[in-house]
Amino acid sequence: MLVACPKVSSAALLGLLITYGPACAADALTIASFGGQYTASQKKSQYEPFTASTGVTIKSVDYNGGLAELTAQVRSGMVGWDVVDVELQDLDRGCADGLFEKIDPAQLPTGSDGVAAIADFVAGSLHDCGVGTVIWSNVLAFSDPAFPGAKPSRIEDFFDLERFPGRRGLPKRPHAILEWALMADGVAPSEVYRVLAAPEGLDRAFAKLDTVKDHAVFWETGAQMIQLLADGEVALSAAYNGRVQSAISDDAKPLKIIWDRQIWNADYYAVVAGTGAKGRALDFIRFATDTVPLAEQTKYIAYGPVRRSSQPLIAPAIAATLPTAPANFNNALAFDAAWWTAHGDAINERYAAWLVQ
Amino acid sequence: MNAVSPSRAGWALVLPLVAFIVIAFLAPIATMLLRSVHDPEIADLMPRTRQALAQWDGTGVRQVAFEAVSADLREASATNQIGRLAQRLNRERNGLRVLIDVTARHLEREPDTKLSRIDPGWSDPALWQILARVTSPWTGRHLLNALDLTVTPDGILVRQEEARRLYVDLFLRTAWVAALVTLICALLGYPYAYAMAAAGPSLGALLLFLVLLPFWTSLLVRATAWIVLLQRRGVINEGLLAMGLIGETGRLDLIYNMTGTIIVMVHVLLPFFVLPLYSVMAGLPTSYVRASASLGAHPLRTFARVYLPLTYPGVAAGGLLVFILSLGYYVTPALVGGRTGQLISNQIAFHMQRSLNWGLAAALGTLLLLAVLLLALTLPRLAERGGLRT
Repeated sequence: MLVACPKVSSAALLGLLITYGPACAADALTIASFGGQYTASQKKSQYEPFTASTGVTIKSVDYNGGLAELTAQVRSGMVGWDVVDVELQDLDRGCADGLFEKIDPAQLPTGSDGVAAIADFVAGSLHDCGVGTVIWSNVLAFSDPAFPGAKPSRIEDFFDLERFPGRRGLPKRPHAILEWALMADGVAPSEVYRVLAAPEGLDRAFAKLDTVKDHAVFWETGAQMIQLLADGEVALSAAYNGRVQSAISDDAKPLKIIWDRQIWNADYYAVVAGTGAKGRALDFIRFATDTVPLAEQTKYIAYGPVRRSSQPLIAPAIAATLPTAPANFNNALAFDAAWWTAHGDAINERYAAWLVQ
Repeated sequence: MNAVSPSRAGWALVLPLVAFIVIAFLAPIATMLLRSVHDPEIADLMPRTRQALAQWDGTGVRQVAFEAVSADLREASATNQIGRLAQRLNRERNGLRVLIDVTARHLEREPDTKLSRIDPGWSDPALWQILARVTSPWTGRHLLNALDLTVTPDGILVRQEEARRLYVDLFLRTAWVAALVTLICALLGYPYAYAMAAAGPSLGALLLFLVLLPFWTSLLVRATAWIVLLQRRGVINEGLLAMGLIGETGRLDLIYNMTGTIIVMVHVLLPFFVLPLYSVMAGLPTSYVRASASLGAHPLRTFARVYLPLTYPGVAAGGLLVFILSLGYYVTPALVGGRTGQLISNQIAFHMQRSLNWGLAAALGTLLLLAVLLLALTLPRLAERGGLRT
């Protein structure tokens, strides 16, 4: 099997000892995504129908965002993933760093209503190196029984340990957290990224985070985050809306979403540079980002499709739980991926240091 | 006609093992040691700059240096390496990513523009000091970084700014946790090993089985089991609550902190203490203890003066094993350590997997390795000199 793999070089021998060999069967595709409920929704609405219609088997790999693993694969010449699900800030950077193949949007199928793909995808969801799939959101979520009296409802409540006591869940990466810290500290949403770019602004955000640090539990993955909330280990947590919604509607967990100041972002499919299965990977992306699979995905996770033509196919009950539903979208902030691309390295490092200090 | 001498045949037989050790053990360690002081990435991406700045005396940037940077940036853009270069330089000084990106994009449009006209940042002498330093492939900055030290553009050794100071604390924390885990293992493991040695064959076998049981269970399963037991709504807290020992607000924080790390590490490492100690205890003739008793010594005195010294080799072996294993602990703190229970290995993993700062990861690993080597070489000698060997 290994001999047939195009990309295994002798330099990769050491890497081979610590990692798995790339999937390289003639009709297989390895797709890396974020695991848990999210990957489950992709399997049901995209992977399985694609396998049924083309016979290509899909090997699903979980990862946790970031470009580290991808960079290691591409640089060592041992590319094990064919398609990755990436967030915009990683897509931007990976594209500039040559980690992804270019994708021509003209090759995407027209929407089911006959509108060309370029017009059918919402603005920003087509990228040189990737095709958008869903709009998801960073929200706050709380365990309902943890607050028998007044319920938290605003971003400020996350930092108000007096009125809303209980442990706080925070991700091990700083995205959205720093924005919230500043907004809770009184910075207007339109000013957040400008303030955060200055050293004093960053210090101010970290100072705000310091106020909850001793009560914080940090999670690495979305699945962990749901576990902490469901077990009552944390009372109030930063969260991804879709996973919380799944826990509420599928597992009847007593969780609630706070839509105040949600920070939304998009996910994209991208093809890893140097994969031996570029053709199949593009076939998959064309299939998965078509009108129907995107609409189907909302049945399994509450993330909004980026194709306009998918909207009419979504049941109203589901549509109301999406980040883009008008009632939820009220004072939403768009995650500024370009800003994070420019400033992310130093902030990631500082956040990681802050965590253990 | 003996073509092969016996010793040659012997060497041939161990050759596979030697090859295995070299490939799977020595080579990776050598790579790590090398990486901690040798980081040619920027030098390879900016060969002309490196040449232009190699002999620079540090005052007044010459025209040739500007042209070299300009040429290197254009080439990096053409070969799709500009993002990588920008990221690497940004690590040396925050803000350089933007400067490199902006400059490279400008140069793509107008290749002949002077750098200082594209961005005034290029006139900053400190920037050129940094460039001169980072384009040299041999560097001590990763090792300094791992000790929370840095060199200012003027070449003065100072401590890192406070927000970035953490590795010295983490090394100390790791050593402290390792010592504490070793101590707890000794307190729990000594009586247990004694019970194993003193019990009859069937009870002894059962006790041995209980010690070995964790060995046969995956580390992840054990950590998850501890999460179920220790969390705020876990078995222990609910039990204490039901017994009325704690109130609803008094639930104990037993996990996702240092306590969790220590509890689970003790559980995982206890067999490593008990087994060497047991093998020593099982080999001790009971006649010594009986002789002491028949000469009129109190049981406590017999224990302190006869039995305990005889078991020192087992204690030393088990203790050293547990301590050294603790220093490298990674999975357990990651799963149950929360924020305060993270150890140095977790930072190494962070720089390997997330920040891709392999030089720093290698430097941290090198320091950890040196600490372990030092312990492994000196502790047994000290123990010997202190009379711990019989």
